[in-house]
Amino acid sequence: MPRINSPAELEEFRRSILSKRSDDRPCITLCSGSACHATGSEKVAGAIVAELENHGLTGQVDFRRTGCHGFCEQGPIVVIYPEGICYLKVKPEDICEIVSHTFKEKKLVERLLYVDPTNGEKSSFEHDIPFYKNQQRLILGLNRKIDPKSLEDFLAVGGYKALTKALFEMSPEEVIGEVKAAKLRGRGGAGFPSGMKWEFARKAPGDQKYVVVNCDEGDPGAYMDRSLMEGNPFTVLEGLMIGAYAIGATEGYIYVRQEYPLAVDNLSVAMKEAERRGLLGKNIMGSGFDFTVKVHRGAGAFICGEETSLLASLEGKPGEPKSRPPFPANKGLWGKPTNINNVETWANIPVIINEGAEFFSSVGTESSKGTKIFSLVGKVNNTGLVEVPMGIPLRDIIYKIGGGVPKGKKFKAVQTGGPSGGCIPEAYLDVKVDFDELMKMGAMMGSGGMIVMDEDTCLVDIARYFLEFLSDESCGKCVPCREGIRQMLKVMTDITQGKGKEGDIELLENMAMATQGAALCALGKTAPNPVLSTLKYFREEYEAHIKEKRCPALSCKELIAFHIDPEKCKGCGSCLRKCPANAIEGGKKTIHVIDQEKCTKCGTCIEACPAAFQAIGKLSGVPVPAPVPQEKRALA
Amino acid sequence: MSEFVLQIDGKEVTAREGMTIVEAAKSAGIRIPTLCHHDQLEPYGACRICTVEAEANGRNQLVAACVYPAEKGMVVQTKTEKLAKIRKVLVEQMMAHAPDAPQLLELAEEYGADRDRFDKDPSFCILCGLCVRYCNEVKKKNAIGYIDRGPRREISFIPDVAGKECWDCKECFPLCPTSALQAAYVLTEALATPPEEAAQEAGCACSCSCSGSCG
Ligand SMILES: Cc1cc2nc3c(=O)[nH]c(=O)nc-3n(C[C@H](O)[C@H](O)[C@H](O)COP(=O)(O)O)c2cc1C
Ligand code: SF4
Ligand code: SF4
Ligand code: SF4
Ligand code: FES
Ligand code: FES
Repeated sequence: MPRINSPAELEEFRRSILSKRSDDRPCITLCSGSACHATGSEKVAGAIVAELENHGLTGQVDFRRTGCHGFCEQGPIVVIYPEGICYLKVKPEDICEIVSHTFKEKKLVERLLYVDPTNGEKSSFEHDIPFYKNQQRLILGLNRKIDPKSLEDFLAVGGYKALTKALFEMSPEEVIGEVKAAKLRGRGGAGFPSGMKWEFARKAPGDQKYVVVNCDEGDPGAYMDRSLMEGNPFTVLEGLMIGAYAIGATEGYIYVRQEYPLAVDNLSVAMKEAERRGLLGKNIMGSGFDFTVKVHRGAGAFICGEETSLLASLEGKPGEPKSRPPFPANKGLWGKPTNINNVETWANIPVIINEGAEFFSSVGTESSKGTKIFSLVGKVNNTGLVEVPMGIPLRDIIYKIGGGVPKGKKFKAVQTGGPSGGCIPEAYLDVKVDFDELMKMGAMMGSGGMIVMDEDTCLVDIARYFLEFLSDESCGKCVPCREGIRQMLKVMTDITQGKGKEGDIELLENMAMATQGAALCALGKTAPNPVLSTLKYFREEYEAHIKEKRCPALSCKELIAFHIDPEKCKGCGSCLRKCPANAIEGGKKTIHVIDQEKCTKCGTCIEACPAAFQAIGKLSGVPVPAPVPQEKRALA
Repeated sequence: MSEFVLQIDGKEVTAREGMTIVEAAKSAGIRIPTLCHHDQLEPYGACRICTVEAEANGRNQLVAACVYPAEKGMVVQTKTEKLAKIRKVLVEQMMAHAPDAPQLLELAEEYGADRDRFDKDPSFCILCGLCVRYCNEVKKKNAIGYIDRGPRREISFIPDVAGKECWDCKECFPLCPTSALQAAYVLTEALATPPEEAAQEAGCACSCSCSGSCG
């Protein structure tokens, strides 16, 4: 069937696709998202094709390459249907066994199953893995069922039903009404009510209006937008078109971060496919609604994710923020009313239209509805993308889904909200994750970054690190941001290097007040958050650095020393052999000593010292004990 | 154009549609400090010294008065304790670059700013952008722009254009709130003339172009 000219033709096409498919047909799926690509999914794909052929299963077993499943550190991920058997870290050489064992003999390849690091239990099925089990994947869930480049796959899972409903059964005002009733809030950071924003753009005078997808995703370590765009571009397009119809726009732009080539590729294929079928372009499905969209590669700067900079960058100007008002809804791209939303926001739209505002708003909390995708990283057993209902306690994300802190270390804090977010300590782990609660904690939702930190992390240094990032990424236009962050960073650097002075904390607070209050855009206004939130919960760590020149986490290099305990050293020489700086003196059966002048504080020796001895430790805030005199170093 | 009333520092002020808070205040004889603002140029909002407290639609916000539009019924405060604190820090941060700029010295006096609070980093430029915007908007020559971002941001003359245009113009110099030092320095660098000659050139050009262009 070439072009689809009516909803009836769409449904007919869908039926013909579904008639050739069945849920019990054996299928092997392989994640081909960016992360799994990097860990070798291309070669695994080759092996799957070859082995299906070898075992005479081509044609009997389907093979589908999907987008990201979210459990990227365990990739490449292979899932076998209809059972849903999940194999992790699959290598090309595993495929022969998977095909022969799992498909032919119906046996599991035990060594490729997930093992829970906390209790050693194995999970055979995807839905049994704790990481997945405790999520609610309204948005991300489709990723594992479809090939992002296949319109047929997308239609098979209900694609374009929402668009059809909007175009043929709802007026633009009704669409906006539904989004408002769903109480969807933007997922790009500020959490502004999307329906309200759409209404502003709809009501703004002007014939030419635009809709824009913000896929600039600049937060370090965050990749939810990449996974959505790469794994399910059709959904984003569908949401965008529904928005365009509601607002009265016929042109759209998708602004994709420079570093996301696969997202651009998959999106471009999806756009071509949709166009070929009349699901994009003129007179979509015979509705009279026209819509075209262009993909724009980002300029490679964090600030270009800020909406006014993004629009400037789209116009070919330097990506620098402008003051609002005027807001993009009134004067956006080329001065025309423009509605810009984040990728995840757009991806929520089809769900709202399909399932209804009532369903959508039944998920979440009073102020924050639906689910949110977080990028869970850091000192946690299971890392990856997790989609959870708003209102879930932080503790559940970190312990039930994330499996807790590895190596028996103590949890210290979780940083949410990206570089200008805040750190939340253990005492507040039961806080319900939503826009307002996180804000109350001095942190924020941001775009969904979540970094878990253990007892070895120095929070003063973490705050310094984020300031450094923000200083580099500030556009430099306004004084409170450019100079404020620069000066705060200087003070923070001094503190972590043991050069902190009495009064530094007050100076930081004073500068933070000015930057927060007077900066032009949200980058500057939120830049002091890392400092303020760590000051709020970990002030005594600042004081220890400043007054005692001590880093309580034993992390800041300038404030610590490595020391071999002469009572515990057995003279085995492991540390001496491994030390890259040749800083360790010693010999057979003699107590080893670290030359503090030479030591670069790399930490290699601690790892090298046999676990039975544990003779090497870190010191901070106390003088290093004088070395045992040469003549007394011999061990019996 | 429609007129409306707002309140600035307790005073009823009549403003026209399209006016910024600075303009509305000025019309009522209320002075809001500015550095990067210039009547001939598009509002820019970089120095933030003009930050005021504005209450509109039930929200109290800190906004830059030189760019923020005056709105009907808005209640603006230009001289609060909080604003004085903010302005003091901003002046101090700018003085790290331009400790002797007359306008900064004046503001420092007003807000009790300590010019030595922060380590000196003398670039003599506070990146107010007056020179850049004047060249782009008024002269339409685009001989000068910004390079790099964040703390590494600088103004820079585009040598090709500057070589042709700046020699007989230099109208941007007297606009500089830090005594034209930076623009002159950067221009001479761009033109790569021997330093002595350049200093002379810049010095004299500044004063003559003033009288020449101010009409
Ligand atoms: C410094 C900065 C960076 C931002 N980066 C992004 C980004 O990468 N992606 C995004 O969707 N929004 C980003 N935003 C938020 C956007 O300005 C804007 O609020 C958002 O795209 C609106 O979409 P939403 O209402 O769907 O959240 C950023 C904001 C700031 C201040
Ligand atoms: S707050 Fe920072 S990023 Fe935003 S305009 Fe000012 S300098 Fe640029
Ligand atoms: S910390 Fe590194 S450099 Fe220092 S003694 Fe140990 S191994 Fe050598
Ligand atoms: S040289 Fe002067 S006028 Fe130009 S940006 Fe710097 S401070 Fe402003
Ligand atoms: S890319 Fe494969 S799981 Fe994320
Ligand atoms: S005068 Fe308003 S920001 Fe500079």
